[in-house]
Amino acid sequence: MFRNNYDNDSVTYSPTGRLFQVEYALEAIKQGSAAVGLVSKSHVVLVALKRNAEELGSYQKKIIKVDDHMGIALAGLAPDARVLSNYLRKQAMSSKMIFNRPLSTSKAVLSIADKAQENTQSYGSRPYGVGLLVAGYDETGAHLYEFQPSGSVLEYFGAAIGARSQAARTYLERNLDIIRESDSVESLIVHGLNALRDTLSQDVELTFKNTSVAVVGKEAEFTTYDDESVQQWLDKLDSVSNARNRGDDDAGDADADADATEAAEGDAEGAGTTESSGDAPATETAPEDRMETDE
Amino acid sequence: MNHNPLQWGRPSNDTYGQYNHNIANASVREADHQSLDSFPKMNTQQPIITGTSVIALKFKDGIIMAADNLGSYGSLLRFNNIERLIKVGSETIVGVSGDISDLQQIERILDELETTEEVYDNDGGHNLRAPHVHEYLSRVLYNRRSKMNPLWNAIIVGGFNDDKTPFLRYIDLLGVTYGSSTLATGFGSHLAIPLLRQLIPYDVDYVKVTEEEARKAVENSMRVLFYRDARAADKYSVVTIKKSEDDPSSYTFTHEKDLRVQNQSWKFAKDIRGYGSKQQ
Repeated sequence: MFRNNYDNDSVTYSPTGRLFQVEYALEAIKQGSAAVGLVSKSHVVLVALKRNAEELGSYQKKIIKVDDHMGIALAGLAPDARVLSNYLRKQAMSSKMIFNRPLSTSKAVLSIADKAQENTQSYGSRPYGVGLLVAGYDETGAHLYEFQPSGSVLEYFGAAIGARSQAARTYLERNLDIIRESDSVESLIVHGLNALRDTLSQDVELTFKNTSVAVVGKEAEFTTYDDESVQQWLDKLDSVSNARNRGDDDAGDADADADATEAAEGDAEGAGTTESSGDAPATETAPEDRMETDE
Repeated sequence: MNHNPLQWGRPSNDTYGQYNHNIANASVREADHQSLDSFPKMNTQQPIITGTSVIALKFKDGIIMAADNLGSYGSLLRFNNIERLIKVGSETIVGVSGDISDLQQIERILDELETTEEVYDNDGGHNLRAPHVHEYLSRVLYNRRSKMNPLWNAIIVGGFNDDKTPFLRYIDLLGVTYGSSTLATGFGSHLAIPLLRQLIPYDVDYVKVTEEEARKAVENSMRVLFYRDARAADKYSVVTIKKSEDDPSSYTFTHEKDLRVQNQSWKFAKDIRGYGSKQQ
């Protein structure tokens, strides 16, 4: 019945020094649909893919506002995320009430990390089954943190969690320099959507129904775009990088994710821009070649 | 209103006749209502060792605050070495008047606050500034008064806003807060405020005031307070916080101690019968 003897509770180490319950919790994140976050000098963008349990059902909320300057995107058990976001909202309110200042992003994310860590060493509790991307803009600027049920927290310029998120991470890694230097929110969102699109399985497309976008940054309150209001961003996506779509239509094949990624990335950069990320020459030339043939 | 707290919460005898103290086993009988032993619980009713006025004002690039070093036990000038200006963080000053033991409690609270802020500010850059300290103190004082157990103080917090403009704001034992370009607690609000407002008639006028003018107004106010406030001493401290001249993004914080009221004139006293030791 059990996979092994050491995963009955979250407090027992296996002889190899692992906590299986915690590792299972990390697996739960990968079952959830993808969420992507990216940061420029002044803004943070979260984009997420929503899922509906059945055709007639509603879509699961993926982005939750915490305060005017902070919000989260989740992957994994949504009820656990609700508990954590409620806690964050309480923290944000107390900070406003007691100190008359907005809660700092680092403090917020560390406070839920402490809660999560406690669950990994108390008998009879289970770790949270959700990963979060916490986006915030505070007096030290724009921040993006990834929160994990193990209690670990890391700050990122670009991060992706959830199903097939590796593809999005690959996109972000290759476009990091452009993303960091983006001075418009629009380009940041388009890069986010490009990254998110790479996580899609073959028969799924980004639509206004299944896509959530959120922005927070300098002089910009945390704003989420869902349903009709997200269409404006999806339109931008098509106009800027429709080559991939065309490529897909033309080829009509089931290209590997990597190929698609490279095409999209070549588009966004504008033709001929070389990456700084020391890839093998073969992969570097590939997108450019493709671009030229497409055009 | 009857100001004797031991009479509070009772139906007035004039209206309702003699109160029956057996109701709800009320323990204080009319006959011995002054006996504290029979009172179920009582918190601070008055301050014990007290500090008198704190005065403060804004000027163009900063704020200046002063308080004397006296701790009075009633009318006895009991201690002459009480520092009532507390530094919090790198750019905030908290001036406390009222009960000295409560001042020391506030000092401990602020010290703890500063420590936690420093320890949990992981990436740095999230500084505790005057508005935050002020809001926090106002919550502490209001919370205590709501428990009917107030910290018996009036406090002025000085420093800078997030946008680097000078910040000055008051809190007292009731949790009341207000801000102004000229502030004083206690007797100072009667004696010093008019003098300070000669320099800054309207709140926005502080931008026209130089540090030297502000300093002069403070020295003058401390002199008048020493003349007229019997709980004031001529030994005092002054804190000046202003934007640094070479680097406007940082602040210079100067805390001067053991200053004396200068240019005193007691000429008026020689003609007043009973003033001083000489009997006429």
